[in-house]
Amino acid sequence: MGGRGSTMHDAATHDDSKGQYFWVWGALLVLTAVEVALAYNQVFQPVAMLEVLLALSVIKSALIIAYFMHLKFETAIMRWMLVIAVAGLFVIMYFFFFPDADRILRIGVK
Amino acid sequence: MADAALQHHAAAGHGLAGEYEPPLFGAYSKKVGMWLFLASDSLTFGALLVAFSYNRISNPAWPTPFGKESIANATLMTACLLSSSLTMVLGVLAAKRGDKSWTRNWLLATIFFGTAFIVLHGLEWTRLIDHGMTPFGNPWAAGVPQFGGTFFTLTGMHMLHVTIGVIYLGVIALRKKFLAILAVLYIAGYFLIPADNVFHYGIHALGIGLIVAAVIVFLKPKEYDAQDVEVSGLYWHFVDLVWMFIMPLVYLMSTRI
Repeated sequence: MGGRGSTMHDAATHDDSKGQYFWVWGALLVLTAVEVALAYNQVFQPVAMLEVLLALSVIKSALIIAYFMHLKFETAIMRWMLVIAVAGLFVIMYFFFFPDADRILRIGVK
Repeated sequence: MADAALQHHAAAGHGLAGEYEPPLFGAYSKKVGMWLFLASDSLTFGALLVAFSYNRISNPAWPTPFGKESIANATLMTACLLSSSLTMVLGVLAAKRGDKSWTRNWLLATIFFGTAFIVLHGLEWTRLIDHGMTPFGNPWAAGVPQFGGTFFTLTGMHMLHVTIGVIYLGVIALRKKFLAILAVLYIAGYFLIPADNVFHYGIHALGIGLIVAAVIVFLKPKEYDAQDVEVSGLYWHFVDLVWMFIMPLVYLMSTRI
């Protein structure tokens, strides 16, 4: 088993304190409240609003993936394989939208 | 043979490894399998979310039907899902401690929040449909017929995932006992939901789930362990994660305040 077994053991038995999960839960609720407040008061125009809401959503999803889904506590190879693979596939998916994105940049949106 | 397998199992590190080979990613195979499924599922939702957002941004006349009541409802739904993720992770901790009673309790709490989410979402759909919204049109912007199609596809796909998650957790928590509960919910839902409501037909998803769950628990009956609870938790958190994008993109980008 050697190193790999002990690495797995470490990854599976990290400090599972309940407190951190309550903190993450609270942070997610607060971020949701911020999103609702921004939209409720219509602070930004649609494109800027989309960017801000997406940025907040990425922070929220990172918290969920890191803590609730325990990816923060998995081995380095597992973390990087998943993050690079999924992020890379999303970038490839966006290739389909580049021509239209270019059109929006040139024509503009309201 | 069985002893050899058990010895290897024990030597592999507190039963966390598979019985044959040390795992490549430092995690047991079921967990890696679930992560791979979630990676593929994230692309399904990614495509739907990008399509919705693209339509939203490129149509200045995009309808904004979500008033205070809808936003309050969506916020409550979000709180339900976030709370369900907290109870789920507490269930995983209880399972790792070997505390079967609290594992079941936390899983049942997760199921409760998930069911509340589905009911609230169902009421929201019903309200929109009563206003005249269909997959092919909406009463707020005749020039943007794709609003209904993109909305129902995206939120319907997510609602289906939550429903599957509730059934999955029910099987993990209660095994065969959950089949009876699911059957009662299916039959009661079919007869109690009015025939002109879309969920009178949508409730058949529970019937299909009942058949699949019955096949699993009868063909491969087992005592679900901490690994099974953790893997089901991964699926549940993913459903929560997807909603973190749907809620702002669909509801908050179409507010009517």
